[in-house]
Amino acid sequence: MASTGMRVGSGATDAPVGYAENNFLNHTKGFASWIWTLDHKRIGVMYMWSIILFFFAGGLFATMLRTELWTPKDDIVGPDLYNQLFTYHGAVMVFLVILPGIPAALANFVLPIMLGAKDVAFPKLNLASYWLFVVGALLALSSLVQGGLDTGWTFYTPYSTSTNTAVVPVVTAAFILGFANIFTGLNFIVTIHKLRPPGMGWFNMPLFLWGIYATGIIQVLATPVLGITLLLLIIERVFHVGIFDPALGGDPVLFQHFFWFYSHPAVYIMILPAMAVISEMVPTFSRKPIFGYRFIAYSSIAIALFGFLVWGHHMFVAGQSALMNMIMSALTYSVSIPSAVKVFNWLATMWKGSIQYRTPMIWVLGFIWIFAIGGLTGLFLGSLGTDVHLHETYFVVAHFHYTMMGSTFLAFFGGVFYWWPKMFGRMYDEKWGTIGALIVNIGFNATFIPQFIMGSHGSPRRYAHYLPEYQPFHQASTVGTYIMLVGFIICGWVLISSLYRGRKAPANPWGASTLEWQCTSPPPYNNFDEPPIVPEDEPYHYDHLEWDPELGGYIDKRREGSPAPGAAVEAAH
Amino acid sequence: MSLMHGEHAHGSGHDHEHGHEHGHGHSPYLEHHFETLGQQFESDKLGMWLFLATEILLFGGLFCAYSVYRGNHPEIFVYAHQYLNKMWGGINTVVLLLSSFTIAWSVRATQLGQRSLQIGLLVITLLCAFGFLGIKYVEYSEKWKHGLLPGKHYQPHVGSHGEEHAAGAEAGADHAAAATSAGGEHTAAATTDAAAADSTLSVTAGDHHASTDPAIADSAASAVAAVPAADPNDPLAIDPSKIAPAAAPPAGLAREVRQHEGEHGVMMEEPKNVQTFFAVYFVMTGLHGVHVVAGIIAIFVILIYSMRGLYKPEWFTPVDMVALYWHIVDLIWIFLFPLLYLIH
Repeated sequence: MASTGMRVGSGATDAPVGYAENNFLNHTKGFASWIWTLDHKRIGVMYMWSIILFFFAGGLFATMLRTELWTPKDDIVGPDLYNQLFTYHGAVMVFLVILPGIPAALANFVLPIMLGAKDVAFPKLNLASYWLFVVGALLALSSLVQGGLDTGWTFYTPYSTSTNTAVVPVVTAAFILGFANIFTGLNFIVTIHKLRPPGMGWFNMPLFLWGIYATGIIQVLATPVLGITLLLLIIERVFHVGIFDPALGGDPVLFQHFFWFYSHPAVYIMILPAMAVISEMVPTFSRKPIFGYRFIAYSSIAIALFGFLVWGHHMFVAGQSALMNMIMSALTYSVSIPSAVKVFNWLATMWKGSIQYRTPMIWVLGFIWIFAIGGLTGLFLGSLGTDVHLHETYFVVAHFHYTMMGSTFLAFFGGVFYWWPKMFGRMYDEKWGTIGALIVNIGFNATFIPQFIMGSHGSPRRYAHYLPEYQPFHQASTVGTYIMLVGFIICGWVLISSLYRGRKAPANPWGASTLEWQCTSPPPYNNFDEPPIVPEDEPYHYDHLEWDPELGGYIDKRREGSPAPGAAVEAAH
Repeated sequence: MSLMHGEHAHGSGHDHEHGHEHGHGHSPYLEHHFETLGQQFESDKLGMWLFLATEILLFGGLFCAYSVYRGNHPEIFVYAHQYLNKMWGGINTVVLLLSSFTIAWSVRATQLGQRSLQIGLLVITLLCAFGFLGIKYVEYSEKWKHGLLPGKHYQPHVGSHGEEHAAGAEAGADHAAAATSAGGEHTAAATTDAAAADSTLSVTAGDHHASTDPAIADSAASAVAAVPAADPNDPLAIDPSKIAPAAAPPAGLAREVRQHEGEHGVMMEEPKNVQTFFAVYFVMTGLHGVHVVAGIIAIFVILIYSMRGLYKPEWFTPVDMVALYWHIVDLIWIFLFPLLYLIH
């Protein structure tokens, strides 16, 4: 155990019990100690900051798009640049923000700690994943100076094989990012299988791990198909082999099949971890055991498996046979069942709970509202008749923003606020954190509800110009974007300022019962100075946790005599 | 394979009791975040199997593309596969199977501490891998020489070695037909040229039901005779004087051709979009070849470490992992060979 010099507790400082002065953040120092680190916590933190950075880049593109759409004519950019902007907005947000988002950043940090383990199963692979991510991201962004990209993030053939823009660098980048994703998923699956502590069966695991496990299955099984698809696209563009080129006997629709065979499961790579985060926060802030643990666990697996069977619903108007369309439509409906099971269980968990409106819980409530809208509008699109009308309209844009951005990214931010005290050992300003979360939620709905309406009126997506009749909707949407921007700036400021001015965090500020709250905040290098108490049941019981106003956190009554983690270590010194 | 893995459970530091003896940081092989060597080994193995699953799915996309194109255009595959050399493909299959055997044995030798045997087996595996690539090089260069390439690069022509092809007369006839249509817009050209050509060929591009004199199959020369009718203005047309008559096929092959005609009542004419087959062929075998190269590098690395004596009966994970990887490379070829070379 590398606990030499570990000094914990309130002794000479103002730190609460459970705060660790010596922790993974300052265990070793220097730039090299970060870029070569094998510590899952540091890799998670590096991932998190990178993702937030790319989120602001993608958000900048989005803000420019929405500003351009203020009037029906050209405002700040012309149509060609507009096409590139929505391509980069989509590609950056999908490949650099939402896909890695929760697994690579948050799960990397908490997953091994939740298992009471010292690290993920393959720490080197984990670091390789991060650096592949960086290389892929830089390669993708380098295309900006190689002529840009205007295919949309879906790279549909035959346009992507004929356009003069920089398709190959971006597609190569996406290929590399796929490896980063696979490594993360593979690592988590093995870690969950092999590094669970004695006494923690599958059904004693936190639900977060079930969600991440299901995500890992998709990452491992779907991403290689994207890999081969992108590889074929590169080969097609460079060597003109004719796989996707109809002039040479190829089939451009095959590209769509391949693409969505990955990319539909990929939306579950996005949403399953979000649901996993929510499943942690709902019982914690409702102070009640989760309702229907096994249903939530199984529904994650069900979503992962069903997710592979519905890709054709992206192609209802792409010349699929009527039979195929009907099968895909029916299967699409069936995916909504496990999703609805989760929403029902979260609501039932909150029912008669004593809900605490801490900042993370505001994100949770926003998530449930937004995900319900996103999920239900998905049924409109899964239905054959309405999809023909709504296809390629703003309705689709609004729908997938409700699920991908509104649900996944808000859950990511909620998770960041939830685990922030654990990561950095600082409490942020609750009042401004709450205000920021509320403003983001208001801005989000203001942005995308008008898009549902104008989409149902037939306004097509992906055009820089539009008919004047849609202007009020576009303007409402643009105003919403700026509200959201303000909200995110407040949230960012709340988090950053907490690092300098926030009060030091106790081990368990929220009274959560999963293992990561038993180690100090921030965790020591080896995660636990003393072995955690592994629950014999599902982890969402709160009777042993008691609020200590002096500490500003919760105390574990099972450790009477050693009131919080770290105390024993201090005594030993 | 399964036998070898069964052996692991008994043979090595795999069991938990065993792990306890060496565990708790005493074994130099134990990484800090594992409790026992057994746990570490099982984790490595599960990780490797998951990686192999991604490999299956990576190739799965290609097998899927293969199925789609073959399902939609069986005539392309039946026609074009004759240009693949079954003998070389078969030899390569044997070579890879042998290498799979030697690397599996090498894992067993590592478990038993037979270091020189293990090293020798790895060397044989490496030689087989290089042999595979060498044969692949011969096959590729043959395709290259005859313009049997994917997509827009497909410009088939008979070289002076029409007899090289195992399909003999059948292939010779096809070469001739293909030669008339050499050039970018070969399908249109084929129709025109064929009309001008010996009427016994009655080539109608894209229509594989066109009636044909079966005698053609027996006489490559008559097929070649069609060539002089090629459009003299076509710059890519082959100078007939440079084309040697294709050799008469071995009797067995000729019979095979006739049987084929008997079944389907069709003669092998060049269908449209033959380049699709070569796209599938080159992409699939090319990606497989890249995996062979990766395998060679991996085997080379473990060979070096084996010579330095790194692997012991209680810890030999890298040897086992590389062997698993090599088996999947072998396995994929086992599917590629019949699907590409042995079509009816």
